[in-house]
Amino acid sequence: MQLSTNHLLGIKELSPQDISLILSTAQQFKEVLQRPVKKVPSLRDITIVNLFYENSTRTRISFELAEKRLGADTINFSASASSVSKGETLLDTVNNILSMKVDMVVMRHSASGAPHFLARHLPGTAIVNAGDGINEHPTQALLDAFSIQERAGSLEGKKVLLVGDIMHSRVALSNIYLLKKMGAEVMLSGPPTLIPVYIKQAFDIRVEYDLKKALEWCDVANILRIQLERQNQVLFSSLREYNLSYGVTSKLLRSIGKEIIIMHPGPINRGVEIDSDVADGTQSIILQQVENGVAVRMAVLYLLAGQTIMM
Amino acid sequence: MEVILNKQQLQLTVLRLSHQLLEAGDIPADIVFIGVQPRGVALSAKIAAHIRVLLNEPNIQYGILDITFYRDDVRQEFHTANKTDIPFSIEGKKVVLIDDVLFTGRTMRAALDALQDFGRPRKVELAVLVNRRFTRELPIQPDFTGISLDTSPDQKVKVHWDTEEVILY
Repeated sequence: MQLSTNHLLGIKELSPQDISLILSTAQQFKEVLQRPVKKVPSLRDITIVNLFYENSTRTRISFELAEKRLGADTINFSASASSVSKGETLLDTVNNILSMKVDMVVMRHSASGAPHFLARHLPGTAIVNAGDGINEHPTQALLDAFSIQERAGSLEGKKVLLVGDIMHSRVALSNIYLLKKMGAEVMLSGPPTLIPVYIKQAFDIRVEYDLKKALEWCDVANILRIQLERQNQVLFSSLREYNLSYGVTSKLLRSIGKEIIIMHPGPINRGVEIDSDVADGTQSIILQQVENGVAVRMAVLYLLAGQTIMM
Repeated sequence: MEVILNKQQLQLTVLRLSHQLLEAGDIPADIVFIGVQPRGVALSAKIAAHIRVLLNEPNIQYGILDITFYRDDVRQEFHTANKTDIPFSIEGKKVVLIDDVLFTGRTMRAALDALQDFGRPRKVELAVLVNRRFTRELPIQPDFTGISLDTSPDQKVKVHWDTEEVILY
């Protein structure tokens, strides 16, 4: 069985079979990463460019490690240190890079739909979306799913809560698509100003504004970062107030009377959406998520590279 | 279609192969057995079970190795990755790789590459149930053979573990 797509633009475009294939392949790569030599030669004939038009720590390092551990050659591009500042368009930049025989593009961009635009103009090159604006961050949702499976077994029937800045979160949207496709139940919680009505309607999804009730319902809570850099209007009065109403604290976790799994896609705003003792506690799988990110991205790149050559 | 080994013959051949591996000595401390995914796993599990009984030693070191990521045809054909499970060190040990049919030798080439990523064995040997002669594309030969078979490259040899038969198509 192969992927039904030649790009990874979003979870929206994947079938449940695609998601299962990526997750089961990632399982094998996770084992590879435990070996004395954490590297396989599968992609040694492939060159990958990491195009980062927006800042990133985890995702960029994770992709680069994944590429290197598959034996691929990698080039790193960050918009701030490039000719983008001289006015070169996205398509021109990418075409210039591809003319130097680059096979795959991993791209993060602040504009939603930027990777879709590239895929339309460059159908023969595999495009991997590493986060586009407020649209999707598919590899994050895949590694979240992988981490849930690893800790709690199957995704089917699991109750997953997404807390916080749903409106500006590409992680939230990708997670909603994925969890729905894989038969998990999803609930949203956060201030009403950060939970757009259209998401609730589009996905027929439950929203619970009382965080304690929401936590009581769920098996897994994925706590999202407050994205101050994307908020151009006042959506809640202060970070302090946000923390009091929607911050996940150890006191709150103890009060719900059951053990739930705590996740966060990073970077963490300690003391805002999550308190330090929760982020570093035993229920937290935040660092496992980061670890699993490499295996999941290896699986995505490996499977997509398999498609490219056969086209 | 031709039956090469029937159920009884297959069972006897696997048993003999297990005896031969024991005759080579050093078991269990110094030898590890590794079945190659996907089709070598059934054979290697049977051999490991025989050896445990023959030696009255439950703790022989037995693992499975998937070579998908080391194949030389990853761009021509899609293969699903399988599980690798080698829960011990192979450093300085004698490794016996086990597969059901030795055909072109390319799987074994990949297996040797994969094995290197787990450490440096003292020695690597190869045990196969069926050695197809004259079809090799690489200079790889088995050390232990169940049966040898002269076939042309366009024929197929399949070991059916459900019915316990070896059939030439």
